[in-house]
Amino acid sequence: MMLRAIFFFCCESMTIKAAREKRMAQPSALKKVSDTIWELPKSYKAGMLVPARVYATEKLIKEMDDGVFEQVSNVACLPGIVNYAMCMPDGHWGYGFPIGGVAAMDPEKGVISPGGIGFDINCGMRLVRTNLTYDEVKPRLKELVDAMFYRIPSGVGSTGMLRLSHDEFRTMTEEGSRWCLKKGYAWSEDIEFTEEQGCFKGAKASKVSQRAIERGFDQVGTLGSGNHYCEIQVAKPENVFDAECARAFGFTLPDQVAIMFHCGSRGFGHQVATDYLQLFLKVMESKYNIKVLDRELSCAPFNSPEGQAYFAAMKCAANMAFVNRQMILHALRQVFSEVFRRSPEDLGMSMVYDVTHNTAKLETHIVKGKPRELLVHRKGATRAYGPGMEGLPAKYRETGQPVIIGGSMETGSYLLAGLSTGGEAFYTTAHGSGRTMSRHQAKKMYRGTKLQHDMEERGIYVRSVTWGGLAEEAGAAYKQIDEVVEATELAGLSKRVLKLTPIGNIKG
Amino acid sequence: MPYRYLDEIATADVAFEATGKDLEEVFASAAEATTHVMIEEPERLERKQKVDVKLSNEKADMLLFNFLGEFIYYKDAKKLLLRVDEIRITEGDSGYSLEAALSGEELDPKKHPLGADVKAVTLHMFRLERTQEGWRATAILDI
Repeated sequence: MMLRAIFFFCCESMTIKAAREKRMAQPSALKKVSDTIWELPKSYKAGMLVPARVYATEKLIKEMDDGVFEQVSNVACLPGIVNYAMCMPDGHWGYGFPIGGVAAMDPEKGVISPGGIGFDINCGMRLVRTNLTYDEVKPRLKELVDAMFYRIPSGVGSTGMLRLSHDEFRTMTEEGSRWCLKKGYAWSEDIEFTEEQGCFKGAKASKVSQRAIERGFDQVGTLGSGNHYCEIQVAKPENVFDAECARAFGFTLPDQVAIMFHCGSRGFGHQVATDYLQLFLKVMESKYNIKVLDRELSCAPFNSPEGQAYFAAMKCAANMAFVNRQMILHALRQVFSEVFRRSPEDLGMSMVYDVTHNTAKLETHIVKGKPRELLVHRKGATRAYGPGMEGLPAKYRETGQPVIIGGSMETGSYLLAGLSTGGEAFYTTAHGSGRTMSRHQAKKMYRGTKLQHDMEERGIYVRSVTWGGLAEEAGAAYKQIDEVVEATELAGLSKRVLKLTPIGNIKG
Repeated sequence: MPYRYLDEIATADVAFEATGKDLEEVFASAAEATTHVMIEEPERLERKQKVDVKLSNEKADMLLFNFLGEFIYYKDAKKLLLRVDEIRITEGDSGYSLEAALSGEELDPKKHPLGADVKAVTLHMFRLERTQEGWRATAILDI
């Protein structure tokens, strides 16, 4: 057993070496399908069941790291995959799936894979508008950001504002945002403007380990660290691309201020993923005879006891993430209300929308002209429903779904809208700008203290728990967000509504 | 406890390579690399609280995966940052068993400048291999 194990490890070692040597190389088999679609045919790799497609402009595809091509073609080998394994324009090297990976599976013949969802289940974005303008916020900006920094816990080991028993936490994970409404932490309209109305139905806390609960029960209402942040932003008139749509999304004032934040299911979701990754590894080959090209793609048939248990546990983590973002919104409303001495209602602090990134959902899509139920994995990718689609709030029926794309803290973010032309990608678009520089490299190149000073000179006031963490998130460590959103628009996945410019930011 | 972070592997996360003359040492090095991602200067952690860990697994690499998971669990569930005091790994008919004495203290950002929160150990390119000098582990931590 030992000898075989060592041989396996040596093979992996060679893979890493090869990966290092050809890090930015595009595979020669990559074919251009259109200006924004690039395809690896089934013949690219033994075991591919469908072709792999990457959505990108020519410039973005040239800059894409080779891990994307390896990983998206590995995904194309998963049992039950329908049409294509896909990667969005902000795609980059992940684990198992690339970040930006999308795969729809047949629920009867296909698998569910934690690697296609990510450890941070329902990591997502929420955008809240105000009726304040930049001129009104500017004199109170430091006060606001400082108050946000103290009120919204962030960083390693931070605990949230709620003290819940394990039983209450379990109930909360089954109810999602509705639990917040019941407890007075949400407005009823918040539920309507949250993807899945803030609750993945069918969540079963009995499928979650005690360890996962212990890791997450006191983290509700915390940001976390890494690329998680909460940002005050301005919609400048020159950055409005579609005025009609912007109005429908509640942006009616010049230099209107909004708040965007990014966080997920914290230690709870991370443990749910870790638990099932290991369970699937045990049963995948021995019980279901499934072989994968990367252990991080460990999976189980969706229609199996293990697959269904993970689906129900994943929903609990997704619901916890909705509650996490709802509690942060509750804190933000309190902070703004205290600083401006006006009620949150009077400040017009309504949600634009809340989108999920790391999930698997049962959705109906048209395949070969017929509606078909599919299990759609999106890892670091956003659902982007087009106008008229079911599941959208009545207010957005004509505009399509708001899509919130977080950029780096220096360069800005976007509000987009889903399009009716996104069907081929199962109505999915990008989720952010995507990193181009490793965290360690960014820390070597930038000093957190200097970055904070330089950003303040440019009108962006930043607070961070760690200087190193701040340096890791420097704008230059990310792809150009303008190019990413332009690529999604050219590909017909989502259209630009407006760009938001950062003025204040807190991060873990 | 030798370890180094690998820039060229993980773009958005943190990859490291840890080495040791035997399994015990490589496990301890990998644990230290994990804790060091979460705080600066882990060597300044005082031995205020002790935790005993017992684990077993058919495979040595999955034993390491579980062992590193303990450090992430204690960070979230108990706010404890830990280092390895003693560790013993034995190989039997049904695989590997580990007994470790860990110690450390509660996370205090004033005392220990924070690093990045580690979400999970990933299995992507995760490996434990014999080398001429002993053992080498490579892991990618999700940040």
